Amino acid sequence: MPPERGRKSPEQLLREVQAEEAPQSRRHLKIFLGYASGVGKSYRMLDEARRRRERGQDVVVGAMQPNVPPEVEGLLRKLEVIPLKQVGSGTAMDVEAIIQRHPAVCFIDGLAYNNPPGVRHPTRWQDVEELLKVGIKVVGSINIQYVTELAAQVEAITGKRVDQTVPVAFIQSADEIEIVDAAPQEPIERTPEEELNAAIRSQRLSKLRELTLVLAADVVDRQLNQYLENHGVQQAYGTQERILVCITPRANAHEMIETARVFAQRFHAELIVAYVRQAQISAADQAALDEKLAVAREAGARIEILEGEDAVDAILDFAHSAGITQLFIGHSQRSGAWQRVWGNPVDQLLRRSRGMDVRVFPQ
Amino acid sequence: MGYAAGVGKTYQMLEEAQALKARGCDVVIGYFEPHGRKDTIARTEGLEIIPRMKLEYRGTEFEEMNTQAVLARHPQYCAVDEFPHTNVPGCERLKRWEDVQLLLDAGINVLTTMNIQHLESLNDQVWHIAGIRVRETIPDWVVQQADEVVMVDLTPRALLHRLERGVVYGREKAERALQNFFRESTLVALRELALRETAHEVVHRTVDGGPEAEGMEAATRLPRPKILVLVTPDPETAMVIRRARRVGDFLGGECFAVAVDAAGDLSGLSEADRDAVERHLNFARNLHIETRIVEGREVAAALVDFARRNRINQIFLARPPERRRLVPAFSRDLVQQIVNTAKDMQIVIVAPREPVGQG
Repeated sequence: MPPERGRKSPEQLLREVQAEEAPQSRRHLKIFLGYASGVGKSYRMLDEARRRRERGQDVVVGAMQPNVPPEVEGLLRKLEVIPLKQVGSGTAMDVEAIIQRHPAVCFIDGLAYNNPPGVRHPTRWQDVEELLKVGIKVVGSINIQYVTELAAQVEAITGKRVDQTVPVAFIQSADEIEIVDAAPQEPIERTPEEELNAAIRSQRLSKLRELTLVLAADVVDRQLNQYLENHGVQQAYGTQERILVCITPRANAHEMIETARVFAQRFHAELIVAYVRQAQISAADQAALDEKLAVAREAGARIEILEGEDAVDAILDFAHSAGITQLFIGHSQRSGAWQRVWGNPVDQLLRRSRGMDVRVFPQ
Repeated sequence: MGYAAGVGKTYQMLEEAQALKARGCDVVIGYFEPHGRKDTIARTEGLEIIPRMKLEYRGTEFEEMNTQAVLARHPQYCAVDEFPHTNVPGCERLKRWEDVQLLLDAGINVLTTMNIQHLESLNDQVWHIAGIRVRETIPDWVVQQADEVVMVDLTPRALLHRLERGVVYGREKAERALQNFFRESTLVALRELALRETAHEVVHRTVDGGPEAEGMEAATRLPRPKILVLVTPDPETAMVIRRARRVGDFLGGECFAVAVDAAGDLSGLSEADRDAVERHLNFARNLHIETRIVEGREVAAALVDFARRNRINQIFLARPPERRRLVPAFSRDLVQQIVNTAKDMQIVIVAPREPVGQG
């Protein structure tokens, strides 16, 4: 089904104009994201610096990691580096010197650093914001371990606590994000760590790889939706699975929610549990419903309470606008004459849903 | 694993080959497609290349990997470009992945490259995103055999710049490519698909082997999925098979594909229908799905009966097409009948994904 292309709403036109005007005036941030040190982020990033320089762009390196492998050093020798400044006993990126120099693009290896006391901003990513504000493009690199919101998860995986972190919103604000991936054995061989069971270590690294890939996919998904919205395309690509579980007070919701939880986990899907508000509901039904919603929250679902006279309409309106790819419903409990006359909701949902698989559960 | 031509898969594969060689491993290049890219060609320097095999087909000369020569040379590692490639007629094997299989069986480690759109179970989603039916596909089980899947990433913007500068293709080809497949939104969507698939491949390997580390999700107490696909002459059947295979793989379940026929040997069908059903059963077997022809006059009753006897807990069906007048009434009724008969199972009605129109 092609998207409606005929008439555009004023909001849509405005969005398009804004989207087209934006690039000149807007900040530009690109992030290389890796899952461990040693996967080759610095090399990939500085190789891009080299290529840009060879194409005639005005490029500088604003900050580097303290110890770099020889191949990175080789690249650095071909580039202009603005040295870190000494502040007290620590070092910080020399923001003033970079702004003074005002290159077209500034490359920053390692975005997650806390500045020593005495520097205007407590963290390096805030320094980056300042560079972006004055119109310098920034290309930076970071490891998944240093994302603030993932710190607890990473600690559970690696057993290490990191205190120099960058908020995920900063990463999501990037115009471009690029993954630097490699098979886990490589970084293991490069960083001689404490003696750990090899299997567990490789599992941990795999878990970090998974987090990295999914974070990048989520950022890309947002950009995709933004892109489609800017171009007035109303149809979803369905690249991210989105599950909608429809429950009622009397539904056998546990199997549905548990299946959805596993499905969401394996497919890295978004999980939504919805019910359609009913005008009159008995105390017993309300209690049953509350219990099911608690199970849903426990499973990590977002709860949606839908309004509408017709339950099928309410569900479909929501599902189509939210880009649902999997609709979970219960088998109809009605049968016989009632169904032959009125048709049942299951049949209606099957007939009227678009672009989503419908999974009907035993009740 | 990449998401389009030009993201740098071959380059990264050769980098790894170089790194292996630097570590003292015995590495050769079994097949490599230069596409006239200077940077990539430079990465082959110092690596032994096994000369390709030349073949003539309809008056044109083609070159393929010389599998016998690689086997005879028997290196520790072999780099083979373009995993999904279909060999020119006259080769011993139809597909390059079958040649690779032979190398693996002989104990040679293989590095290879592919794009996400060639994965069989994503064929419908790729059609939905890009409006292209990819013909050269690789069954998922082949990719699952890999010990590692690595994502070769590049932002679509950077890829488009490469295209504009003519790095990827020759200049003339670039402009046409730009207008079609390489539209930015398509690239962004394919890239997202590749990221998610690689994430899955990474977890898949973690779940299978070794002790469970902290931070891993708890297992489920749900029964293991046993999925049944109804095979009909309807062309949508291929899509349902792909979907069932994918869900089965992700949820760790098994799949069966079943056709129902009154005589139990498809003799009750017209020749065209019989061909279609046989094609679909064959397709299922290629994806490592067990197939069966069940005897029965009533499709719904026979199918559900088979499902109960074999402890199936999920039935996958195609959703009947919408244009109701053109669709025989029984097709809609069939779905309804199965839904109404098998209330003790999960029934999944798979919706077709139409290509997204682009402005």
